[in-house]
Amino acid sequence: MSKKILLEHINVPGIQGYEAYRKVGGYASVEKALKMAPLDIVEEVKKSGLRGRGGAGFPTGMKWSFIDKKSGKPAHLVCNADESEPGTFKDRYLMEKLPHLLIEGMITGSIALEAHLSYIYIRGEYMWVYRILERAINEAYANGWLGKNIKGSGYDLDVHVTCGAGAYICGEETALIESLEGKRGNPRIKPPFPAVSGLWGNPTVVNNVESIAAIPYIVNNGGEEYAKIGVGKSTGTKLISASGHIKNPGVYEIELGLPVDEFMNSDEYLGGMYSDRPLKAVVPGGSSVPILPAELFYKNAKGEPRLMTYESLSDGGFASASMMGSGGFIVYDDTTCVVRNTWNFSRFYHHESCGQCSPCREGTGWMEKILWRIEHGYGNMEDIDLLWEIQRKIEGNTICPLGDAAAWPVAAAIRHFRDEFEFHVKYPEKIKDRNHFVAEPWEKVKHLVKKEEVLV
Amino acid sequence: MSEVVLSERLQERIKTLISRYPEGKQKSALITILHEVQNENDDYLTTDLMDKIAEILSIKPIEVYEVATFYSMYNHKPVGKYMLEFCRTSCCATRKAEDMMEYTCQKLGVKEGEVTPDGLFSVRGVECLGACGYAPMLQLGDFYHEFLTKEKIDQLIEDCRAGKVELISKV
Repeated sequence: MSKKILLEHINVPGIQGYEAYRKVGGYASVEKALKMAPLDIVEEVKKSGLRGRGGAGFPTGMKWSFIDKKSGKPAHLVCNADESEPGTFKDRYLMEKLPHLLIEGMITGSIALEAHLSYIYIRGEYMWVYRILERAINEAYANGWLGKNIKGSGYDLDVHVTCGAGAYICGEETALIESLEGKRGNPRIKPPFPAVSGLWGNPTVVNNVESIAAIPYIVNNGGEEYAKIGVGKSTGTKLISASGHIKNPGVYEIELGLPVDEFMNSDEYLGGMYSDRPLKAVVPGGSSVPILPAELFYKNAKGEPRLMTYESLSDGGFASASMMGSGGFIVYDDTTCVVRNTWNFSRFYHHESCGQCSPCREGTGWMEKILWRIEHGYGNMEDIDLLWEIQRKIEGNTICPLGDAAAWPVAAAIRHFRDEFEFHVKYPEKIKDRNHFVAEPWEKVKHLVKKEEVLV
Repeated sequence: MSEVVLSERLQERIKTLISRYPEGKQKSALITILHEVQNENDDYLTTDLMDKIAEILSIKPIEVYEVATFYSMYNHKPVGKYMLEFCRTSCCATRKAEDMMEYTCQKLGVKEGEVTPDGLFSVRGVECLGACGYAPMLQLGDFYHEFLTKEKIDQLIEDCRAGKVELISKV
């Protein structure tokens, strides 16, 4: 049984409300933080080894230490609750069930950054969660945890919730800031980084929901205690949202370092494959990370067992591994068509590209069209190489990482499943039905492509 | 000056939203205000409504238009009273989201994006709504309907027709 830090009290009746949350020790970290020097709080977060849980995995304490306190401008903590990465639904779960945990983390984090005005930016589709947070914030005000002179400390803080309106790109921190300013979600060129010039030009830290929700534990128990959980540079616990062809989809809090095999197959977690079909591939960290074929999933290229850590999931680089990403863990069985799934992802990125940079704006559209063509039986062999070329020209050539995020899934699909693309080109009559691999799984037809290669 | 009159509740709400930002940064409330205004005005934004918001926020109308056309949740044409939005991204697609949406379209006699002649329903495919583990799913108003089956869709449509379905969540 993994240690629960974030979800420890999730089953306490009434935990959505203030009273129940306070009864289990809620808001203790605020009391403690108010008596600490802000820099000492930052130091604890650094010691904890906590890494950004939104996907990038950047050390949270270090991000906090970049905040420009000399400018004399007000600082802001902004919570990124724009959760939109396909496969990811952990923040929603946390906010829905434990809104006060996030608010407590916002207050403690704001104290560390000496911020007096902080925001939670939530995606517009989570409107019911927005309302849950709004109510919880009102409760926090009513109980003296927000507003002027919090608990007699002399410290003032306002926290508000604000929302988006349907734009994946606003999960990128500078796009989020633009959106929070009431503008289109166009990412900014960095530098300057938000820690120097963020919201309204003020020093700003943008952190994911899950990162902020880990702060109360770290402040209450000390960074070292947090760092005891996990393996190496992957400290603490991580929320994993699991979906696809598994028995028990849902949100799990795991201790980092859990073996992938145990996570995937034990009844405590995912319980193995839905309908007991063979595993084909896994996208372990949200749609942007490379898809991993079954043979590289449980073990890395050297044959060592993989663990649920930032390092292990990326051990081997893009050639033979993937990434922890957001923890959006998508499992595919042998009825899944990788070409169709990649087309689906490309459509998503094309739809979500903000349009600022031409490699992304044009490239995502081209990739979607070519993948549509291959998936629908109109492709040719050159299309596969063209697709490779396009993704290569997007990666690294855009203002924000959406371009990379759109390129990587395509690259990984071709890298690991090129024969499946070729099958689509060679046997258009076999892929007419969109559920083509349901009727005839890939394993049964793949010899057709292999065989011809031998003959040639 | 826009001729549009917003309800008193809405005017009060807008004041509250604006008060959450520092003096002079009222534009930050725009995205939330657009949601609230859309909700109270048949779920779509007209030029008059957007001009009214610009007036309230003391910003140029173009600043409202460019935002209102960037984000996918704002509608600029009439939609059904009950807009059924199906997530169609990978995890949902893997769990038969396309079948569910096709079934719904067929049942209602509309194509994706169309409104039924009685104005009650429209169907739309959208990108990932963050319910991947509970696929297939659709969003109706504030609410997510998850682990969809044809039977659940039948029931939901029946409930909508009977006026039994709330669109705004209460906490």
